[in-house]
Amino acid sequence: MKRWQKIFLFLALAYSVLLLGPIAGLDIPRITRDVVSHPETLVQQLLIGLINGAIIAIIALGYTLVYGIIELINFAHGDLYMLGAFTSLTALGAFGVDGSATFQASILPIFLTLILATTICAGLNVLTERFAYRPLRNAPRLAPLISAIGVSFIFQNIGLFWGGLRAFLPVMGNNAAAPKDFPDLLPHINILKSLGIQSNINFTTKELIVLVAALALMVGLQLFVQYTRPGKAMRAVAQNRDAARIMGINVDQIIALTFLIGGGLAGTAGLLIGLYNNTIVFTMGFTAGLRAFTAAVLGGIGNIIGAMLGGVLIGLISALSDQYLSSRWTNAWIFAVLVVILVFRPGGLLGENVQEKV
Amino acid sequence: MRESRREVQRHYRYRAQIMLEVTDVHTYYGNIHALKGVSLLVGQGEIVTLIGSNGAGKTTTLRTIQGLLRPRQGTILYEGKPVDSLSTEAIVRLGISQSPEGRLIFPRMTVRENLEMGAFSRRDSLGIKSDTERVLNLFPRLRERINQKGGTLSGGEQQMLAIGRAMMARPRLLLLDEPSMGLAPMLVTQIFSIIRDINTQGTTILLVEQNARMALTVAHRGYVLQTGQIVLAGTATALQSNEMVRKAYLGEI
Ligand SMILES: Nc1ncnc2c1ncn2[C@@H]1O[C@H](COP(=O)(O)OP(=O)(O)O)[C@@H](O)[C@H]1O
Ligand SMILES: [Mg+2]
Repeated sequence: MKRWQKIFLFLALAYSVLLLGPIAGLDIPRITRDVVSHPETLVQQLLIGLINGAIIAIIALGYTLVYGIIELINFAHGDLYMLGAFTSLTALGAFGVDGSATFQASILPIFLTLILATTICAGLNVLTERFAYRPLRNAPRLAPLISAIGVSFIFQNIGLFWGGLRAFLPVMGNNAAAPKDFPDLLPHINILKSLGIQSNINFTTKELIVLVAALALMVGLQLFVQYTRPGKAMRAVAQNRDAARIMGINVDQIIALTFLIGGGLAGTAGLLIGLYNNTIVFTMGFTAGLRAFTAAVLGGIGNIIGAMLGGVLIGLISALSDQYLSSRWTNAWIFAVLVVILVFRPGGLLGENVQEKV
Repeated sequence: MRESRREVQRHYRYRAQIMLEVTDVHTYYGNIHALKGVSLLVGQGEIVTLIGSNGAGKTTTLRTIQGLLRPRQGTILYEGKPVDSLSTEAIVRLGISQSPEGRLIFPRMTVRENLEMGAFSRRDSLGIKSDTERVLNLFPRLRERINQKGGTLSGGEQQMLAIGRAMMARPRLLLLDEPSMGLAPMLVTQIFSIIRDINTQGTTILLVEQNARMALTVAHRGYVLQTGQIVLAGTATALQSNEMVRKAYLGEI
């Protein structure tokens, strides 16, 4: 795109947003008034957005890792995250932890649940790759994609079936599809208060734990991919599979490892969202998956830092839209931002800038 | 090519000197019969070149040797042991590495990381360190670019990196697929002189080339491949003066 075309497009988009925005809650004077009169609300929403965004980012990493290595959009990934949440809830129940447990008493069960949810989702993802995607590796691109949609349906129905097993789950509604209560186990110590800061902002140890866990996963993944032997092999396979084979890298093994890591991240994210939101439902994988996939595309699919950035960005946009625009239009706003970014950077924020064909 | 085979075997008085023995190899791409009974020998310490025009099957031959393609028929012996059913990982570990056609550099990895990937089959960090030095001495340009991403290098630098990366496996047999492709004449001369240096330092080389003139000046022996079959074999000098080679591959007469 030429520079003047970009400028023109930008003006056109800005004009449409200003013209059509008010329908979707974009009432600038009201928003300005709200922000000025209650600045804490803004900080509070940014905080919520950051935490949700960090969880979205962890799911987005699963999409981006897999896309980076085999160019497959793994539609089942969001549902795997949902299964991670269900596994966590069931495991906590099996360890005898419910809403009334103290944090001290639930540290060990949470830790064991973390290991269990991570392992099960990692294993499930590896099995999915082995049986649903690998046989189609040399088939036309559409074939594994359809296979992934099929796996997504299977996972969702497992979640639905699981939700009907009342013996395992504290059910909020009456049917299998109803949301499930997830015990609120993390401590609620208001950090700002205990630091002696007077403020209405609610930032507790619960938020801190979820945020730190999510950030630790992202940093850990980045270090793994940059500096370890298998991490470098993953990058090599992603950049040139043929060359990687010639170097003596077992490509099948590295692809399986990628699914292992992506699945493990989804499982961990499932536990984190349960502990943070305290409610889970079998359709959560679809919604979160859509946002996470959008985050991956926004950041530049295949790019790890991009997925993290995109996740946090989408978390922030959702939180701000929920507060200031209109929660009904939040998804529309997310996709509007996606469209705008893709118009100007077709490869995403940090993606390879796609060469324009003449 | 029974004749040349006997001739070549006479050339090696001891079988132990034969490093690679490819016998009657047939390789297919689906239904496409790409190699139709290729046989060739590479002796310890030699530079052997495989010349032929585009589509003759040169790349297919190298890929089959390295286990990237499976021959449907025929055997490949490396240092006397069959390797035609081994995985590429195992073959690289045994000491056969390749600088592939089109270089296939990892574009978003630095030069140093690319070299590291070349040593993926090894675990001896001291040896890897000294081999990195050796490669960087062989290609000073790579030392200047050590922290640059592979994708930002020029064609010639990428070719050096591809060869250097293949050297990092510390191969006993180095497969080079068209190292001169797309390079300016001066660079071609430089690359070929380095190939000769690598060989004199003890690495056996199987060199695939369309640039027959250059290939025959560095090689000891050569084979001519035509539509999946070896049609001619001999010493480089003999091939250089062969009527058919001069006409078809050296552009003379
Ligand atoms: N991936 C492939 N699929 C189908 N046919 C191929 C493939 N690669 C090469 N071929 C065919 O195999 C023959 C040999 O190709 P190749 O080994 O690349 O030749 P060269 O390296 O001598 O130019 C050619 O006829 C080519 O069209
Ligand atoms: Mg070729």
